[in-house]
Amino acid sequence: METLFFAIISLMAIVSAILVITCKNPINSALALIMTFFCLATYYVMLDAPFMAAVQVMVYAGAIMVLIVFTIMLLNIRVNATQKHSHKIALGSIIGLFTLINTVVLLFKSQPSSPVGPYTGEMIKSLGHSELLGRDMFTTFLLPFEITSILLLVAIVGSVVLAKKKI
Amino acid sequence: MENLTGYLVVSAILFAIGTIGVLTRKNAIVIFMCIELMLNAVNLTFVAFSRHLGHFDGQIFVLFIMVVAAAEAAVGLALMIAFYKNKESIDVDNVDMMKW
Repeated sequence: METLFFAIISLMAIVSAILVITCKNPINSALALIMTFFCLATYYVMLDAPFMAAVQVMVYAGAIMVLIVFTIMLLNIRVNATQKHSHKIALGSIIGLFTLINTVVLLFKSQPSSPVGPYTGEMIKSLGHSELLGRDMFTTFLLPFEITSILLLVAIVGSVVLAKKKI
Repeated sequence: MENLTGYLVVSAILFAIGTIGVLTRKNAIVIFMCIELMLNAVNLTFVAFSRHLGHFDGQIFVLFIMVVAAAEAAVGLALMIAFYKNKESIDVDNVDMMKW
C-alpha cells in the first residue's frame, strides 16, 4: 500500500516538474512548481518528518511561490518569449540526462551505511519531531543558527536597496 | 525505512529536470524556479538520508537551505525587477551589460 502511494506521489512530482520546464507561460510553471512542492511535503510526512513538511508548505509553497507569482504578474511578461535554438536545447538536455545517468549509476553501485544515530521511527513518534529537531538546533547548531539571522538581515537590506527608484 | 533508493532516485530525477530547465529556458524567472526545484531535490536527499541514518543533522541542514533559498528569492527577484526596469525584458540572452 505504501509502495503504491509512493509511486503515485513520485509520478505526480515528476510530471509536475516536467511541466515546470515545458510550459510556455511562467504562471503555469509556477503552479506546477507548487504541485511539486506539495508532493515533496508528502514525502517528508512519509519520512517521519512532519515539521519539515509544515515548513516546506509554509516557506516554499507559501512565501517563496507568492513572491515569484507576484513578480511574474508585476512584470506582466508576454507569453511569446523567444525560444532557444534547438541545438542549444538538445545540448542542455544531454547534459541533464548525463547528470541523471551518472547519479543513478553511482547510486546503484554503492551501498548505504547502516544507521549510525540514535533516532528510530518509534522514538520520533513518541518524543515529537519538532522537539528533537529543536534540541539539536539550539545546542549543536547554535552558531550557524545565529549566523542565519545575519544572512536574513543582509537579504532584507539588499532587496530594499535593489528596489529603490534609481539604481 | 526500506525505501531509501526510491527516494534517492526520485531526487536524482528532479535534480536532472531542474538542470535541463536551467540550461534550456531563456526566461529568467523560469530559470529561477528551476533552481528552486534543484534545491528541493537536494532537500529530499538530505531528509531521506537523515531518516535512514537515524541522525537529525541532515534535517537541520535542510532548514538552513530553506533560509538560503528564501534570501535568494528576495534578492533575486529584486534584481530581476531592477533588470526589467532597465531593459524591458527578462530574457537571459539580454543580460550582456558586463560582456566585453
